Amino acid sequence: MSERKIRVLVAKPGLDGHDRGAKVVARALRDAGMEVIYTGLRQTPEMIVEAALQEDVDVIGLSILSGAHMALVPRILELMQAHDLADVKLILGGIVPDEDITALQRMGVSGIFGPGSDTQAIVEHIRKVVPLE
Amino acid sequence: MSETPTLPPIVAAIRESRRALARLLTRIENNAAAADLAALYPHGGKAHLIGVTGAPGTGKSSLVNSMAKAYRAEGKTVSILAVDPTSPFSGGAVLGDRIRMRDLHGDAGVFIRSMATRGNLGGIARTTADMIRALDAAAFDVILIETVGAGQSEVEIASAAHTTLVVEAPGLGDDVQAIKAGILEIADILVVNKADNPGVESTLRALRAMLDLGHRAERIMHHGQLMSVPAAAVVGEDEAWQTPIVQTVATNGTGIGGLLAKIAEHRAYLRESGVQTLRERASLNAEISERLRELLLARLIERVGVARLQALIERAILREIDPSSAAALLLAEGVQE
Ligand SMILES: Nc1nc2c(ncn2[C@@H]2O[C@H](COP(=O)(O)OP(=O)(O)OP(=O)(O)O)[C@@H](O)[C@H]2O)c(=O)[nH]1
Ligand SMILES: [Mg+2]
Repeated sequence: MSERKIRVLVAKPGLDGHDRGAKVVARALRDAGMEVIYTGLRQTPEMIVEAALQEDVDVIGLSILSGAHMALVPRILELMQAHDLADVKLILGGIVPDEDITALQRMGVSGIFGPGSDTQAIVEHIRKVVPLE
Repeated sequence: MSETPTLPPIVAAIRESRRALARLLTRIENNAAAADLAALYPHGGKAHLIGVTGAPGTGKSSLVNSMAKAYRAEGKTVSILAVDPTSPFSGGAVLGDRIRMRDLHGDAGVFIRSMATRGNLGGIARTTADMIRALDAAAFDVILIETVGAGQSEVEIASAAHTTLVVEAPGLGDDVQAIKAGILEIADILVVNKADNPGVESTLRALRAMLDLGHRAERIMHHGQLMSVPAAAVVGEDEAWQTPIVQTVATNGTGIGGLLAKIAEHRAYLRESGVQTLRERASLNAEISERLRELLLARLIERVGVARLQALIERAILREIDPSSAAALLLAEGVQE
């Protein structure tokens, strides 16, 4: 019998530059035994939620460096609600000012990881919030 | 979509809801969908299954992307199953094929699913076949299956398809990749992608030489046995399918129209020659036999007890009994009880 695997969508919304950080996280999650669906740069909220639905992921991981999190995250959460994906956990990596952190958590973001976060912390967070059986 | 009132609930659900389909696919991957698979099997069999396989980086995902766009332009619905290897070290995987398929987003007539090979019971080929059955019952017209053509299991996955494309690209080294991997035999159509890159001519030459040497084989039932026989022996020398070579540039759509035309030709050939029925019979024979073997083994072990099996293993270690006699003994004991 094949065991259940945690599936994570790693996406890079917005128009900003590189996806080095997102790739590092993707590899760390793979090395922790998870299945990572990597979608690359310049993802719109619609693309992210559509992919999350088709791939039936447990977690959506966003990498946002542009500072556009207060615009992108509410839109993604709204689309997740609309597509019956409210039980999917949303985590966020990037530069998020302290005053936004509380607001994002209140909206329903499950974890926020600043630049230079230990990837092991992300792995542990996901293992904690995703129930396996 | 569901005109028939007698549709089983699972079939109605996956035709109406993408979420239901996605969840079913997860259950199949987790080997927890036997009842669903039994219910949906009678409602499949209409989709055209196209395998796309080849060495890493040859442009399979890009090709799948442009093929899907072309099928959508014909009004056909398309689903894509993109299979990538699981890391043997961690059991995890990074599945990146969607990166090349972003043109397809926002279209309700397209469904993309990425899948890792895992260490599935009964092999990845069977899980993939079950995933394809679910997509088939969900009533997609075309199902595209991308696999990295590197090993035996990928070859097996690809051979679940009606039409198998083997993708090559120039400039990936001196050898044509398919020759190394031994997957040329399963190609119904050879695609030379990246035809905009230098070195196309030598790739074409190498492939033509290979095709001249090789003989297409069909896996069919012969005297009740699954056999690989020359295609010409099945359908006659003149009627046998001649593997064509098609050049494409997946990134800008060049050659995709011609490729789809060849795929349609191959589909017509499969039907008119009767080869499709022969292949189906052979693959069902293989699958039923394999499942039967497993059931019989499980039943027998249950009857004689695991301890009895272990005892015989211990005796084999001491060279008191050989493995073959041990198996015969277990069978005799199991059947007798
Ligand atoms: N020049 C050129 N580049 C191409 C063509 N098709 C694909 N590529 C490029 O080749 C690279 C690999 O393409 P993919 O479609 O990801 O190839 P793949 O075979 O799916 O790769 P894996 O899934 O990793 O095995 C990408 O950078 C593509 O943009 C083509 O026809 N011409
Ligand atoms: Mg690919």
